[in-house]
Amino acid sequence: MSNYLLDVQGLETTFKTPDGVLHAVNGVSFGLKEGETLGVVGESGCGKSVTMLSVLGLIPSPPGEIKAGKAMFFGHDLVKMTNAEIRQVRGAQIGMVFQDPMTSLNPVLTIGRQLEEPLMLHVGMNKKQASERAAELLEMVGIPNAKDRLSDYPHQFSGGMRQRVMIAMALSCSPQLLIADEPTTALDVTIQAQIMDLVKRLRNELGMAIIWISHDLGVVAGLAQRVIVMYGGLIIEEASVNDLYANPTHPYTIGLLGSLPRVDAKERTKLYSIEGSPPVLYNKPTACPFAPRCKWAMERCWKENPALETVSPEHRVACWVDTKTGRAR
Amino acid sequence: MTSNNDTLLKVDDLTMHFPIYRGVFQRQVGAVRAVDGVSFEVKRGETLGLVGESGCGKSTTGRTILQLYKPTAGSVTFDGQDLVKMKGEELRIMRRKMQMIFQDPYASLNPRMTVEELVGEPLIVHNVVPPKEVSEHVKHLLETVNLNPAFASRYPHEFSGGQRQRIGIARALALQPSFIVCDEPISALDVSIQAQVVNLLEELQDQFNLTYLFIAHDLSMVRHISDRVAVMYLGVIVELTGRDELYNKPLHPYTQALLSAVPIPDPVADAQRQRTILEGDVPSPANPPSGCRFRTRCPIAEARCAEARPEFREVEPGHFVACFFAERFLK
Repeated sequence: MSNYLLDVQGLETTFKTPDGVLHAVNGVSFGLKEGETLGVVGESGCGKSVTMLSVLGLIPSPPGEIKAGKAMFFGHDLVKMTNAEIRQVRGAQIGMVFQDPMTSLNPVLTIGRQLEEPLMLHVGMNKKQASERAAELLEMVGIPNAKDRLSDYPHQFSGGMRQRVMIAMALSCSPQLLIADEPTTALDVTIQAQIMDLVKRLRNELGMAIIWISHDLGVVAGLAQRVIVMYGGLIIEEASVNDLYANPTHPYTIGLLGSLPRVDAKERTKLYSIEGSPPVLYNKPTACPFAPRCKWAMERCWKENPALETVSPEHRVACWVDTKTGRAR
Repeated sequence: MTSNNDTLLKVDDLTMHFPIYRGVFQRQVGAVRAVDGVSFEVKRGETLGLVGESGCGKSTTGRTILQLYKPTAGSVTFDGQDLVKMKGEELRIMRRKMQMIFQDPYASLNPRMTVEELVGEPLIVHNVVPPKEVSEHVKHLLETVNLNPAFASRYPHEFSGGQRQRIGIARALALQPSFIVCDEPISALDVSIQAQVVNLLEELQDQFNLTYLFIAHDLSMVRHISDRVAVMYLGVIVELTGRDELYNKPLHPYTQALLSAVPIPDPVADAQRQRTILEGDVPSPANPPSGCRFRTRCPIAEARCAEARPEFREVEPGHFVACFFAERFLK
């Protein structure tokens, strides 16, 4: 029995497409402790969203298929659960927030009705109790006149407000885990700051664990305690947040951080640019997926895929090269 | 603001209102005040960054400058000539000097045209190169934006987002413009690709002495690429100054809040920062607040802010602010 709240081992997910089988996730393993905030970063197509959707049993099958792996949550394997079983977990013990607050709410149902549904379904409240609790939840996420707004429809809310509603809904059944997939990407920076502030406050009040998926290394820096960097459907680096940003070790992480201009930059320097573009994996990678874009790449990198190795306590990297010396590790 | 030879573009009190029609008779019942009296200059060879949140009118400003919309009021003087008064052939010839790079490299390229047709189209339309030499010109342009000239016969769908944006840049460069409006050219791209495109834009600027109006919502990238930065809020410019000045000494409360909301990819620096979190949302540009546009969210607003619109004034040399209380933040 592991001491993790969520323990994912060797997860592999593929999709059948007209062009061939797409290997989206190629053996991902990580653990999440209770109350911990884990940031998952990577560019589009790196497999970060598919990993979480696989864990939640939300991969449409076909075309998707979970080929291997397990995701242990309170002693049960989420991957092996039937649809009926996982529905009891989703929304109750695991809350979810998605990127687009415009499309993840049902436009023809009132906000109140949508907030009440999980409460009646999972907690067993009656209509009146659920309605009261829904108003409390809206208040908790900072929506003024919460009681009156229950009868409003989603189009009467702004983007930032809708994302607040989504968060209220995700937290309605007091989940132990909140999975947020790019929840602030569609929002403006001042609204993003509001939402991040809200999430930090709720985390302190409610103590749930969070998996925060983002392509924005800045957002993750301000929120996460531990960070996973993904590339080509694999975890290529994992470290505590301070360690990752102070000592990025994988060539991809180094490149990604170097290619970001900083708003607090002292002087103007040329941006570091990683040449080429991320891979589209129609074959399961047998070599390091980053090798074609890596300036450190050696012969071995083109032949064997490196596994995650511990380089210092709580810092793991999948790379054949020691980027500090430029020689083989 | 005085004009001289260094000024390539002078925008004076530019206004763009889009009418709202309602009812059976389609009567005009109001207007979306997308751009509401904007004035600034762009000097030859510089990059002016234009930042703001979605719906603030920054893209409309760029498009109105290029006369893609007919402005409601105001003037746009490009190279000493007023574009607003121009029509037909005169304007068409002027357009050779002003080009645009669009945000979405997926939507801005015709999927049924090959790269050669796409990049060569402006050359043919403006008849600047004999038809026989177009192909040679296109190859040269592709090399300029670091694309393999052998790809000329391919279609847009065969390229990645970053490559498509390079095609869009090659197309914009085809007529050897002196001024390019870059409308969020990197927002749709992945982080590692953004740096490639920004570096390319900087190289091209040095090579061809280009002047950019760089529109973006990403303040970190705007700081990186711009010489001067203008901040827009709800159809007006609230602050305009040099890039370092703006980031080190923001004088408008909106700029201050915007800067403090930008995440920094450094957990230690991020934790030490003072943050101003604005409340509420941006009001609708169809019904903007009276007086100062920002007063409904402003932490220091007073009664007079609702009565009169603060003048866009030069508080320090080259530092323009539209706020009654800008002096408070001068050290």
